[in-house]
Amino acid sequence: MTAPPPDDCLARNEWICGDYLSTRRQILLDAVLQHLQLTVVSVALGLLVAVPLALLARRWRWTVGPVLGVTTVLYTIPSLAMFSLLLPVYGLSATLVVVGLALYSLTLLVRNLLAGLNGVPAEARDAARGMGYGPLRQLLTVELPLAVPAAMAGLRIATVSAVALTTVGAIVGYGGLGNLIYAGMNSFFKAQVLTASVLCVLIAIVFDLLLLGAERLLTPWRRAGRTARGRRSRWRGRAAAGRTQPVAAASGRRT
Amino acid sequence: MNTLAAVWDWLTTGANWSGENGVWHRLLQHLVLTVSCLVISALIALPVALTLGHLGRGGALAVNLANVGRAVPTFAVLVLLLLTPVGRHGQWPTVIALVLFAVPPLLTNAYVGMRDVDRDVVRAARGMGMTGMQLVWRVEVPLAFPLVLTGVRIAAVQLVATATLAALVGGGGLGRIITAGFSLASTPQVVAGAVLVAVFALLMEAGFELVERYAPGGWARGRGR
Repeated sequence: MTAPPPDDCLARNEWICGDYLSTRRQILLDAVLQHLQLTVVSVALGLLVAVPLALLARRWRWTVGPVLGVTTVLYTIPSLAMFSLLLPVYGLSATLVVVGLALYSLTLLVRNLLAGLNGVPAEARDAARGMGYGPLRQLLTVELPLAVPAAMAGLRIATVSAVALTTVGAIVGYGGLGNLIYAGMNSFFKAQVLTASVLCVLIAIVFDLLLLGAERLLTPWRRAGRTARGRRSRWRGRAAAGRTQPVAAASGRRT
Repeated sequence: MNTLAAVWDWLTTGANWSGENGVWHRLLQHLVLTVSCLVISALIALPVALTLGHLGRGGALAVNLANVGRAVPTFAVLVLLLLTPVGRHGQWPTVIALVLFAVPPLLTNAYVGMRDVDRDVVRAARGMGMTGMQLVWRVEVPLAFPLVLTGVRIAAVQLVATATLAALVGGGGLGRIITAGFSLASTPQVVAGAVLVAVFALLMEAGFELVERYAPGGWARGRGR
Protein backbone atom coordinates (compact mmCIF):
# COMPACT_ATOMS: atom_id res chain seq x y z
CA MET A 1 0.00 0.00 0.00
CA THR A 2 1.24 3.44 -0.80
CA ALA A 3 1.04 6.10 1.85
CA PRO A 4 -2.17 8.16 1.72
CA PRO A 5 -1.66 11.56 0.07
CA PRO A 6 -0.90 14.32 2.57
CA ASP A 7 -3.98 16.20 3.62
CA ASP A 8 -2.75 19.76 3.13
CA CYS A 9 -4.23 22.70 1.28
CA LEU A 10 -2.37 21.71 -1.90
CA ALA A 11 -4.00 18.29 -1.94
CA ARG A 12 -7.41 19.80 -1.18
CA ASN A 13 -6.85 22.30 -4.02
CA GLU A 14 -7.83 25.32 -1.94
CA TRP A 15 -7.83 28.86 -3.33
CA ILE A 16 -5.63 30.28 -0.60
CA CYS A 17 -2.69 28.09 0.28
CA GLY A 18 0.37 28.99 2.33
CA ASP A 19 2.13 25.78 1.33
CA TYR A 20 1.93 26.87 -2.28
CA LEU A 21 3.84 30.05 -1.51
CA SER A 22 6.56 28.20 0.37
CA THR A 23 7.00 25.26 -2.00
CA ARG A 24 6.86 27.23 -5.27
CA ARG A 25 8.79 30.28 -4.21
CA GLN A 26 11.36 29.94 -6.99
CA ILE A 27 8.74 29.47 -9.72
CA LEU A 28 6.82 32.52 -8.51
CA LEU A 29 9.97 34.61 -8.31
CA ASP A 30 11.01 33.67 -11.84
CA ALA A 31 7.52 34.46 -13.16
CA VAL A 32 7.44 37.84 -11.40
CA LEU A 33 10.89 38.70 -12.78
CA GLN A 34 9.84 37.77 -16.31
CA HIS A 35 6.66 39.78 -15.88
CA LEU A 36 8.58 42.85 -14.72
CA GLN A 37 11.10 42.51 -17.53
CA LEU A 38 8.47 42.20 -20.26
CA THR A 39 6.47 45.14 -18.89
CA VAL A 40 9.36 47.53 -18.30
CA VAL A 41 11.12 46.80 -21.59
CA SER A 42 7.92 47.16 -23.61
CA VAL A 43 6.82 50.43 -21.99
CA ALA A 44 10.36 51.83 -22.30
CA LEU A 45 10.40 50.86 -25.98
CA GLY A 46 6.99 52.48 -26.46
CA LEU A 47 8.22 55.66 -24.79
CA LEU A 48 11.37 55.68 -26.91
CA VAL A 49 9.28 55.71 -30.08
CA ALA A 50 6.43 57.85 -28.76
CA VAL A 51 8.50 60.94 -27.83
CA PRO A 52 10.02 61.55 -31.29
CA LEU A 53 6.68 60.70 -32.89
CA ALA A 54 4.84 63.25 -30.76
CA LEU A 55 7.50 65.89 -31.44
CA LEU A 56 7.29 65.12 -35.16
CA ALA A 57 3.51 65.52 -35.11
CA ARG A 58 3.96 68.74 -33.18
CA ARG A 59 6.50 70.13 -35.67
CA TRP A 60 4.62 69.18 -38.85
CA ARG A 61 0.93 69.56 -38.13
CA TRP A 62 -0.21 67.52 -41.12
CA THR A 63 1.27 64.38 -39.57
CA VAL A 64 -1.09 64.59 -36.58
CA GLY A 65 -4.00 62.98 -38.46
CA PRO A 66 -2.06 59.97 -39.78
CA VAL A 67 -0.22 59.42 -36.47
CA LEU A 68 -3.43 59.47 -34.41
CA GLY A 69 -5.25 57.38 -37.03
CA VAL A 70 -2.64 54.63 -37.08
CA THR A 71 -2.37 54.51 -33.30
CA THR A 72 -6.17 54.32 -32.96
CA VAL A 73 -6.28 51.38 -35.35
CA LEU A 74 -3.48 49.64 -33.43
CA TYR A 75 -5.29 50.21 -30.14
CA THR A 76 -8.51 48.71 -31.50
CA ILE A 77 -6.87 45.35 -32.30
CA PRO A 78 -7.40 42.84 -29.46
CA SER A 79 -4.21 41.64 -27.78
CA LEU A 80 -4.58 38.00 -28.77
CA ALA A 81 -4.88 39.08 -32.41
CA MET A 82 -1.96 41.51 -32.06
CA PHE A 83 0.37 38.82 -30.74
CA SER A 84 -0.86 36.43 -33.43
CA LEU A 85 -0.25 38.95 -36.20
CA LEU A 86 3.35 39.32 -35.02
CA LEU A 87 3.90 35.55 -34.96
CA PRO A 88 5.29 35.23 -38.52
CA VAL A 89 7.78 38.02 -37.79
CA TYR A 90 9.08 37.10 -34.35
CA GLY A 91 8.04 33.46 -33.82
CA LEU A 92 7.41 32.14 -30.32
CA SER A 93 9.66 34.60 -28.53
CA ALA A 94 9.72 37.19 -25.78
CA THR A 95 10.36 39.80 -28.48
CA LEU A 96 6.88 39.15 -29.87
CA VAL A 97 5.28 39.99 -26.53
CA VAL A 98 7.49 43.04 -26.01
CA VAL A 99 6.74 44.46 -29.46
CA GLY A 100 3.00 43.83 -29.10
CA LEU A 101 2.86 45.53 -25.73
CA ALA A 102 5.08 48.39 -26.93
CA LEU A 103 2.61 49.09 -29.75
CA TYR A 104 -0.20 49.53 -27.22
CA SER A 105 1.92 51.73 -24.94
CA LEU A 106 2.92 53.78 -27.95
CA THR A 107 -0.70 54.68 -28.67
CA LEU A 108 -1.45 55.88 -25.16
CA LEU A 109 1.83 57.76 -24.86
CA VAL A 110 1.66 59.57 -28.21
CA ARG A 111 -1.89 60.75 -27.54
CA ASN A 112 -1.15 61.99 -24.06
CA LEU A 113 2.14 63.61 -25.07
CA LEU A 114 0.37 65.47 -27.86
CA ALA A 115 -2.43 66.50 -25.52
CA GLY A 116 0.16 67.73 -23.03
CA LEU A 117 2.13 69.69 -25.61
CA ASN A 118 -1.04 71.20 -27.03
CA GLY A 119 -2.11 72.16 -23.53
CA VAL A 120 0.93 74.40 -22.98
CA PRO A 121 -0.50 77.91 -22.58
CA ALA A 122 0.33 80.23 -25.46
CA GLU A 123 1.41 82.87 -22.90
CA ALA A 124 4.12 80.56 -21.56
CA ARG A 125 5.43 80.02 -25.07
CA ASP A 126 5.31 83.72 -25.90
CA ALA A 127 7.07 84.58 -22.67
CA ALA A 128 9.84 82.07 -23.43
CA ARG A 129 10.27 83.51 -26.91
CA GLY A 130 10.27 87.03 -25.49
CA MET A 131 13.07 86.04 -23.13
CA GLY A 132 15.09 85.00 -26.15
CA TYR A 133 14.75 81.22 -25.84
CA GLY A 134 15.55 79.30 -29.01
CA PRO A 135 13.19 76.55 -30.19
CA LEU A 136 15.19 73.73 -28.56
CA ARG A 137 15.59 75.48 -25.22
CA GLN A 138 11.92 76.43 -25.27
CA LEU A 139 10.97 72.80 -25.90
CA LEU A 140 13.25 71.36 -23.22
CA THR A 141 12.77 73.91 -20.46
CA VAL A 142 9.21 75.16 -21.00
CA GLU A 143 7.04 72.94 -23.14
CA LEU A 144 8.15 69.45 -22.08
CA PRO A 145 7.99 70.20 -18.32
CA LEU A 146 4.50 71.64 -18.73
CA ALA A 147 3.47 68.54 -20.70
CA VAL A 148 4.70 66.24 -17.92
CA PRO A 149 1.35 65.82 -16.08
CA ALA A 150 -0.51 64.69 -19.20
CA ALA A 151 2.40 62.55 -20.34
CA MET A 152 2.68 60.91 -16.92
CA ALA A 153 -1.05 60.19 -16.94
CA GLY A 154 -0.49 58.36 -20.22
CA LEU A 155 2.56 56.56 -18.88
CA ARG A 156 0.66 55.35 -15.82
CA ILE A 157 -2.22 54.01 -17.90
CA ALA A 158 0.21 52.43 -20.38
CA THR A 159 2.21 50.74 -17.61
CA VAL A 160 -0.79 49.42 -15.70
CA SER A 161 -2.32 48.14 -18.95
CA ALA A 162 0.97 46.52 -19.95
CA VAL A 163 1.18 44.67 -16.61
CA ALA A 164 -2.31 43.25 -17.16
CA LEU A 165 -1.75 42.48 -20.85
CA THR A 166 1.53 40.66 -20.32
CA THR A 167 -0.51 37.70 -19.03
CA VAL A 168 -1.86 37.13 -22.56
CA GLY A 169 1.74 36.48 -23.64
CA ALA A 170 1.21 33.03 -22.11
CA ILE A 171 -0.17 32.01 -25.49
CA VAL A 172 3.42 32.05 -26.84
CA GLY A 173 4.97 30.94 -23.54
CA TYR A 174 6.23 34.38 -22.46
CA GLY A 175 3.54 35.76 -20.20
CA GLY A 176 5.33 36.10 -16.86
CA LEU A 177 2.67 35.37 -14.25
CA GLY A 178 0.31 34.64 -17.14
CA ASN A 179 2.26 31.41 -17.72
CA LEU A 180 1.36 30.30 -14.20
CA ILE A 181 -2.29 31.24 -14.75
CA TYR A 182 -2.32 29.34 -18.04
CA ALA A 183 -0.73 26.24 -16.49
CA GLY A 184 -3.01 26.53 -13.46
CA MET A 185 -6.04 26.64 -15.72
CA ASN A 186 -5.05 23.42 -17.49
CA SER A 187 -4.45 21.57 -14.22
CA PHE A 188 -7.29 23.27 -12.27
CA PHE A 189 -4.70 24.45 -9.73
CA LYS A 190 -6.70 27.08 -7.83
CA ALA A 191 -3.96 28.33 -5.51
CA GLN A 192 -1.60 28.97 -8.43
CA VAL A 193 -4.19 30.90 -10.47
CA LEU A 194 -5.28 33.07 -7.54
CA THR A 195 -1.73 33.76 -6.33
CA ALA A 196 -0.51 34.72 -9.79
CA SER A 197 -3.56 36.93 -10.41
CA VAL A 198 -3.16 38.76 -7.10
CA LEU A 199 0.56 39.28 -7.79
CA CYS A 200 -0.35 40.79 -11.18
CA VAL A 201 -2.65 43.33 -9.58
CA LEU A 202 -0.07 44.10 -6.89
CA ILE A 203 2.63 44.74 -9.51
CA ALA A 204 0.27 47.09 -11.36
CA ILE A 205 -0.54 49.01 -8.18
CA VAL A 206 3.14 49.30 -7.19
CA PHE A 207 4.07 50.62 -10.65
CA ASP A 208 1.18 53.09 -10.54
CA LEU A 209 2.23 54.42 -7.13
CA LEU A 210 5.91 54.66 -8.19
CA LEU A 211 4.95 56.65 -11.28
CA LEU A 212 2.65 58.85 -9.22
CA GLY A 213 5.59 59.58 -6.92
CA ALA A 214 7.82 60.32 -9.90
CA GLU A 215 5.19 62.69 -11.28
CA ARG A 216 5.08 64.62 -8.00
CA LEU A 217 8.87 64.88 -7.97
CA LEU A 218 8.92 66.09 -11.57
CA THR A 219 6.23 68.74 -11.06
CA PRO A 220 7.01 70.48 -7.75
CA TRP A 221 5.06 73.57 -8.84
CA ARG A 222 1.78 71.67 -8.79
CA ARG A 223 2.11 70.61 -5.18
CA ALA A 224 1.83 74.15 -3.86
CA GLY A 225 -1.64 74.71 -5.25
CA ARG A 226 -2.99 71.28 -4.47
CA THR A 227 -3.71 71.68 -0.78
CA ALA A 228 -5.09 75.18 -1.13
CA ARG A 229 -7.58 74.46 -3.88
CA GLY A 230 -9.07 71.46 -2.20
CA ARG A 231 -10.96 68.46 -3.39
CA ARG A 232 -13.81 69.88 -5.37
CA SER A 233 -11.80 71.76 -7.95
CA ARG A 234 -9.54 68.79 -8.40
CA TRP A 235 -12.49 66.73 -9.45
CA ARG A 236 -13.55 69.27 -11.93
CA GLY A 237 -10.05 69.39 -13.34
CA ARG A 238 -10.02 65.67 -13.80
CA ALA A 239 -13.39 65.52 -15.51
CA ALA A 240 -12.30 68.24 -17.91
CA ALA A 241 -9.07 66.40 -18.62
CA GLY A 242 -11.12 63.36 -19.51
CA ARG A 243 -12.91 65.30 -22.16
CA THR A 244 -9.93 66.88 -23.87
CA GLN A 245 -7.87 63.70 -23.93
CA PRO A 246 -10.25 60.83 -24.50
CA VAL A 247 -7.56 58.25 -23.83
CA ALA A 248 -6.90 59.28 -20.26
CA ALA A 249 -10.19 58.85 -18.46
CA ALA A 250 -12.87 57.98 -20.93
CA SER A 251 -11.15 55.45 -23.11
CA GLY A 252 -11.30 51.75 -22.52
CA ARG A 253 -8.70 49.32 -21.46
CA ARG A 254 -7.12 47.04 -23.97
CA THR A 255 -7.74 43.33 -23.64
CA MET B 1 5.75 36.70 -48.46
CA ASN B 2 5.39 32.98 -48.04
CA THR B 3 3.33 33.41 -44.91
CA LEU B 4 1.07 35.95 -46.56
CA ALA B 5 0.34 33.54 -49.39
CA ALA B 6 -0.39 30.77 -46.90
CA VAL B 7 -2.71 33.06 -44.92
CA TRP B 8 -4.52 34.00 -48.11
CA ASP B 9 -4.79 30.32 -48.97
CA TRP B 10 -6.32 29.60 -45.58
CA LEU B 11 -8.81 32.44 -45.89
CA THR B 12 -9.89 31.44 -49.40
CA THR B 13 -10.33 27.74 -48.61
CA GLY B 14 -14.07 27.12 -48.44
CA ALA B 15 -13.69 24.26 -45.97
CA ASN B 16 -12.31 26.65 -43.35
CA TRP B 17 -15.51 28.70 -43.43
CA SER B 18 -18.12 25.99 -42.96
CA GLY B 19 -18.99 23.64 -40.14
CA GLU B 20 -18.79 23.74 -36.36
CA ASN B 21 -15.26 25.19 -36.28
CA GLY B 22 -15.72 27.24 -39.46
CA VAL B 23 -15.35 30.98 -39.68
CA TRP B 24 -19.08 31.66 -40.18
CA HIS B 25 -20.08 29.76 -37.07
CA ARG B 26 -17.33 31.40 -34.98
CA LEU B 27 -18.24 34.82 -36.33
CA LEU B 28 -21.87 34.30 -35.39
CA GLN B 29 -20.85 33.16 -31.88
CA HIS B 30 -18.64 36.21 -31.51
CA LEU B 31 -21.39 38.56 -32.66
CA VAL B 32 -24.06 37.01 -30.43
CA LEU B 33 -21.74 37.04 -27.43
CA THR B 34 -20.72 40.67 -28.02
CA VAL B 35 -24.21 42.02 -28.63
CA SER B 36 -25.95 40.14 -25.81
CA CYS B 37 -23.27 41.13 -23.30
CA LEU B 38 -23.44 44.73 -24.51
CA VAL B 39 -27.18 44.75 -23.85
CA ILE B 40 -26.76 43.19 -20.38
CA SER B 41 -23.97 45.62 -19.47
CA ALA B 42 -25.95 48.61 -20.68
CA LEU B 43 -28.98 47.49 -18.68
CA ILE B 44 -26.81 47.32 -15.58
CA ALA B 45 -24.58 50.36 -16.07
CA LEU B 46 -26.77 53.02 -17.65
CA PRO B 47 -29.56 53.20 -15.02
CA VAL B 48 -26.93 53.43 -12.29
CA ALA B 49 -24.91 56.06 -14.16
CA LEU B 50 -27.94 58.18 -15.05
CA THR B 51 -29.23 58.06 -11.48
CA LEU B 52 -25.85 58.88 -9.94
CA GLY B 53 -25.23 61.57 -12.56
CA HIS B 54 -28.61 63.16 -11.97
CA LEU B 55 -28.15 63.15 -8.19
CA GLY B 56 -24.50 64.17 -8.49
CA ARG B 57 -23.38 61.41 -6.15
CA GLY B 58 -20.87 58.60 -6.34
CA GLY B 59 -18.54 60.49 -8.64
CA ALA B 60 -15.44 58.92 -7.15
CA LEU B 61 -16.85 55.46 -7.77
CA ALA B 62 -17.96 56.15 -11.32
CA VAL B 63 -14.74 57.85 -12.39
CA ASN B 64 -12.31 55.48 -10.67
CA LEU B 65 -14.01 52.23 -11.59
CA ALA B 66 -12.46 52.25 -15.06
CA ASN B 67 -9.00 53.02 -13.69
CA VAL B 68 -9.12 50.33 -11.03
CA GLY B 69 -10.41 47.78 -13.52
CA ARG B 70 -7.42 48.40 -15.76
CA ALA B 71 -5.08 46.77 -13.24
CA VAL B 72 -7.01 43.50 -13.27
CA PRO B 73 -5.92 41.18 -16.11
CA THR B 74 -8.88 39.96 -18.16
CA PHE B 75 -7.21 36.62 -18.68
CA ALA B 76 -6.87 36.13 -14.91
CA VAL B 77 -10.55 36.93 -14.34
CA LEU B 78 -11.60 34.50 -17.08
CA VAL B 79 -9.54 31.69 -15.56
CA LEU B 80 -10.62 32.48 -11.99
CA LEU B 81 -14.27 32.34 -13.03
CA LEU B 82 -13.66 29.10 -14.90
CA LEU B 83 -12.31 27.48 -11.71
CA THR B 84 -15.25 28.62 -9.57
CA PRO B 85 -18.50 26.63 -9.55
CA VAL B 86 -19.77 29.07 -12.21
CA GLY B 87 -17.23 27.53 -14.59
CA ARG B 88 -19.23 24.33 -14.92
CA HIS B 89 -22.08 26.15 -16.63
CA GLY B 90 -20.93 26.49 -20.23
CA GLN B 91 -20.70 30.09 -21.39
CA TRP B 92 -21.38 31.72 -18.02
CA PRO B 93 -17.77 32.47 -17.00
CA THR B 94 -17.26 34.19 -20.34
CA VAL B 95 -20.48 36.17 -20.12
CA ILE B 96 -19.78 37.33 -16.56
CA ALA B 97 -16.21 38.37 -17.42
CA LEU B 98 -17.38 40.23 -20.51
CA VAL B 99 -20.05 42.11 -18.58
CA LEU B 100 -17.61 42.92 -15.76
CA PHE B 101 -15.24 44.60 -18.19
CA ALA B 102 -17.90 46.36 -20.27
CA VAL B 103 -19.63 48.03 -17.32
CA PRO B 104 -16.86 50.50 -16.29
CA PRO B 105 -16.57 52.41 -19.61
CA LEU B 106 -20.36 52.61 -19.89
CA LEU B 107 -20.71 53.81 -16.31
CA THR B 108 -17.85 56.30 -16.39
CA ASN B 109 -18.79 57.95 -19.68
CA ALA B 110 -22.51 58.17 -18.95
CA TYR B 111 -21.80 59.62 -15.51
CA VAL B 112 -19.33 62.20 -16.83
CA GLY B 113 -21.81 63.04 -19.60
CA MET B 114 -24.58 63.70 -17.08
CA ARG B 115 -22.33 65.80 -14.84
CA ASP B 116 -21.02 67.77 -17.79
CA VAL B 117 -24.45 69.12 -18.64
CA ASP B 118 -24.30 72.89 -18.24
CA ARG B 119 -25.54 73.72 -14.71
CA ASP B 120 -27.23 76.86 -16.05
CA VAL B 121 -29.34 74.73 -18.37
CA VAL B 122 -30.32 72.48 -15.46
CA ARG B 123 -31.23 75.50 -13.31
CA ALA B 124 -33.28 76.97 -16.16
CA ALA B 125 -35.15 73.69 -16.57
CA ARG B 126 -35.88 73.59 -12.86
CA GLY B 127 -37.01 77.19 -12.97
CA MET B 128 -39.47 76.27 -15.73
CA GLY B 129 -41.01 73.84 -13.25
CA MET B 130 -39.69 70.57 -14.65
CA THR B 131 -39.88 67.59 -12.32
CA GLY B 132 -36.85 65.40 -11.69
CA MET B 133 -37.91 62.84 -14.30
CA GLN B 134 -38.64 65.50 -16.90
CA LEU B 135 -35.26 67.04 -16.23
CA VAL B 136 -33.52 63.68 -16.73
CA TRP B 137 -35.31 62.65 -19.91
CA ARG B 138 -35.80 66.01 -21.66
CA VAL B 139 -32.62 67.84 -20.69
CA GLU B 140 -29.86 65.79 -19.15
CA VAL B 141 -30.03 62.58 -21.19
CA PRO B 142 -30.25 64.32 -24.59
CA LEU B 143 -27.29 66.53 -23.69
CA ALA B 144 -25.32 63.61 -22.25
CA PHE B 145 -26.13 61.41 -25.24
CA PRO B 146 -22.87 61.87 -27.18
CA LEU B 147 -20.76 60.76 -24.23
CA VAL B 148 -23.14 57.89 -23.44
CA LEU B 149 -22.66 56.75 -27.02
CA THR B 150 -18.88 57.06 -26.68
CA GLY B 151 -19.14 54.76 -23.67
CA VAL B 152 -21.17 52.26 -25.68
CA ARG B 153 -18.56 52.30 -28.46
CA ILE B 154 -15.68 51.73 -26.06
CA ALA B 155 -17.62 48.96 -24.33
CA ALA B 156 -18.45 47.29 -27.66
CA VAL B 157 -14.82 47.28 -28.84
CA GLN B 158 -13.82 46.08 -25.38
CA LEU B 159 -16.32 43.23 -25.64
CA VAL B 160 -14.97 42.12 -29.01
CA ALA B 161 -11.49 41.95 -27.48
CA THR B 162 -12.58 40.13 -24.33
CA ALA B 163 -14.66 37.66 -26.33
CA THR B 164 -11.51 36.86 -28.33
CA LEU B 165 -9.59 36.15 -25.15
CA ALA B 166 -12.42 33.93 -23.91
CA ALA B 167 -11.24 31.36 -26.45
CA LEU B 168 -8.29 30.68 -24.14
CA VAL B 169 -10.67 29.35 -21.50
CA GLY B 170 -12.81 27.41 -23.96
CA GLY B 171 -15.34 30.07 -24.89
CA GLY B 172 -16.63 30.30 -28.43
CA GLY B 173 -15.91 33.00 -30.95
CA LEU B 174 -13.28 33.98 -33.49
CA GLY B 175 -10.52 33.58 -30.92
CA ARG B 176 -10.99 29.82 -31.22
CA ILE B 177 -9.55 29.96 -34.73
CA ILE B 178 -6.39 31.49 -33.26
CA THR B 179 -6.10 29.06 -30.34
CA ALA B 180 -6.78 26.10 -32.64
CA GLY B 181 -4.05 27.44 -34.93
CA PHE B 182 -1.62 27.55 -32.01
CA SER B 183 -2.38 23.97 -30.98
CA LEU B 184 -1.99 22.83 -34.61
CA ALA B 185 1.25 24.87 -34.80
CA SER B 186 -0.23 26.38 -37.97
CA THR B 187 1.05 29.91 -38.36
CA PRO B 188 -1.20 30.62 -41.37
CA GLN B 189 -4.31 29.73 -39.36
CA VAL B 190 -3.15 31.83 -36.38
CA VAL B 191 -2.56 34.85 -38.59
CA ALA B 192 -5.79 34.33 -40.54
CA GLY B 193 -7.74 34.18 -37.28
CA ALA B 194 -5.99 37.31 -36.06
CA VAL B 195 -6.83 39.13 -39.28
CA LEU B 196 -10.49 38.17 -38.91
CA VAL B 197 -10.56 39.35 -35.29
CA ALA B 198 -8.81 42.62 -36.13
CA VAL B 199 -11.17 43.33 -39.02
CA PHE B 200 -14.16 42.54 -36.81
CA ALA B 201 -12.94 44.91 -34.10
CA LEU B 202 -12.14 47.68 -36.57
CA LEU B 203 -15.56 47.32 -38.25
CA MET B 204 -17.21 47.60 -34.84
CA GLU B 205 -15.22 50.75 -34.09
CA ALA B 206 -15.93 52.24 -37.52
CA GLY B 207 -19.64 51.42 -37.26
CA PHE B 208 -19.97 53.28 -33.98
CA GLU B 209 -17.89 56.13 -35.34
CA LEU B 210 -20.52 56.53 -38.09
CA VAL B 211 -23.40 56.26 -35.62
CA GLU B 212 -21.79 58.90 -33.41
CA ARG B 213 -21.33 61.22 -36.34
CA TYR B 214 -24.87 60.95 -37.69
CA ALA B 215 -26.80 60.22 -34.50
CA PRO B 216 -29.41 62.70 -33.28
CA GLY B 217 -27.57 65.07 -31.04
CA GLY B 218 -24.51 64.85 -33.24
CA TRP B 219 -24.39 68.62 -33.05
CA ALA B 220 -23.17 68.22 -29.50
CA ARG B 221 -19.85 66.97 -30.83
CA GLY B 222 -19.09 70.59 -31.48
CA ARG B 223 -18.63 70.99 -27.74
CA GLY B 224 -15.27 69.36 -28.22
CA ARG B 225 -14.94 65.92 -26.81
